[in-house]
Amino acid sequence: MTSGPSEPVIALRGVTAELGARPVLRGIDLTVGRGEVVALLGANGSGKSTAIRTIIGQVPVSGGTIELFGTPRRAFRAWARVGYVPQRTTAAGGVPATVTEVVSSGRLSRTRFGVFRRADRAAVRRALELVGMADRARDSVNALSGGQHQRVLIARALVAEPELLIMDEPMAGVDLASQEVLARTLREQVVAGTTVLLVLHELGPLEPLIDRAVVLRDGCVLHDGPPPHAVGQHALPGHDHVHPHAPADTEPVRTGLLS
Amino acid sequence: MDLLNYAFMQRALIAAVLVGITAPAIGIYLVQRRQPLMGDGIGHVAMTGVGLGFLLHASPVWMATAVSALGSVLMELIRWYGKTRGDIALAMLFYGGMAGGVMFVNLAPGGSNANLTSYLFGSLSTVSPSDITAITVLAAFVVVVTLGLRRQLFAVSQDEEFARVTGLPVRALNLLIAVTAAVTVTVAMRVVGLILVSALMVVPVAAAQQLSRSFAVTFAIAVALGVGVAVSGTITSYYQDVPPGATIVLLTIAAFVAFTALATPLARRRARAAAAAHPAGDPAECTIPAMRGTGEEIGV
Repeated sequence: MTSGPSEPVIALRGVTAELGARPVLRGIDLTVGRGEVVALLGANGSGKSTAIRTIIGQVPVSGGTIELFGTPRRAFRAWARVGYVPQRTTAAGGVPATVTEVVSSGRLSRTRFGVFRRADRAAVRRALELVGMADRARDSVNALSGGQHQRVLIARALVAEPELLIMDEPMAGVDLASQEVLARTLREQVVAGTTVLLVLHELGPLEPLIDRAVVLRDGCVLHDGPPPHAVGQHALPGHDHVHPHAPADTEPVRTGLLS
Repeated sequence: MDLLNYAFMQRALIAAVLVGITAPAIGIYLVQRRQPLMGDGIGHVAMTGVGLGFLLHASPVWMATAVSALGSVLMELIRWYGKTRGDIALAMLFYGGMAGGVMFVNLAPGGSNANLTSYLFGSLSTVSPSDITAITVLAAFVVVVTLGLRRQLFAVSQDEEFARVTGLPVRALNLLIAVTAAVTVTVAMRVVGLILVSALMVVPVAAAQQLSRSFAVTFAIAVALGVGVAVSGTITSYYQDVPPGATIVLLTIAAFVAFTALATPLARRRARAAAAAHPAGDPAECTIPAMRGTGEEIGV
């Protein structure tokens, strides 16, 4: 289970995928190196979530290759190295569950046959402390706010102590206080050497952490390079920089992320 | 307790205890993944098994187990590869299963719909010694699966997509849930009846949820309630000469209503306790979208 230092953690080459008959990915190349923090940006329907879901195997690919830690995804078994935060507005299921119960399910990849030992319980407590939810450990997830749900989902991904974090819109529907907690949590992980690939709708408070941005449009990679540096409202992808008092012939600077 | 002097009542009570344990134990995972009516569908399919049992002179319990396990696997496959509309395909399976049962029973020599009645609505007097053997073996299987694999089944039923990334064999576990539900239906068939079996999988869980905040406690309350209503319903059925299945289900629904009435004062008490534990209360959290609002309008 070792991979060379130069080997990418995630490597997609020419990946295509369809949902129904509609092509959603039309040949995506994407590599994420060890320790990198890569943001996947793009408008709704550009294929960002589908790209993430092909990597974890939730959406089948129709062409191209996907490798995780240098292993073809189909043969990849070391799932404890991967932490995943799916796009969710809630951590709740059809039956009440406590914060601890939900986060514990993320630890299964580190257990044998699902038997929890002392170290596993300690890992659950640590993950809850990382996201500032230790005092809610015994509460039902049904009683949490949107931001707290997201913190629970992130703790569930962190509890296996992964080397790679894959997150699908972790900031969606999250209040400002929780956004800052999440940004701090993520910073600690990145400093510790965790590789991160995350889908974002807007860079927001995570902007300083991001090494590289990959922008998708209509299932193709439009841009792969440094993230757009801007502040405040101007940092939002899709923000059309229009000055009404600017000369009439000036074309607005369109990032092309929202169409 | 003169009823214990009768061998048929001893068997009925043993079956009731096993039904009370197993039905909520698997039902909780069906409720968790928001498929509470799956047990109902399996019950319909099991009718074909009962009919085949009559036709082929085989044990209706084992035949129903085989056919409903097959049907539940088919339902799971329809869910994955839903080429046709999933709900339509399931409807075909349900009604096909029911029609098959009626057809096979009537094709059997000397058979009529009357033979089906005890399987549809449950009956105390018809639980045979060989049924008890079958029910005990099947119930043991259900308990081993639902308790032994509780963390895995919890993960798959809570969030299938996430469970995949923990490396769990999601498809195999989904199939296991389906087959275990099918087995439970046939365990419950003799006492509660195929028509009402799903109620005992779902309603105790729904009642338990009113009082609990955790999955583990919901599981424990649901199983305790399941055993309680199955046994008391069976005893009531003996003394009042009413059908056991209907008695058990009505008792379960009464428990649900009672638990719901208890839930509001309980929630208030918990809220007060929480407020006492954190006197300052939680910091006010408003969902303000980041980086929006100030600044931008000024330039316009």
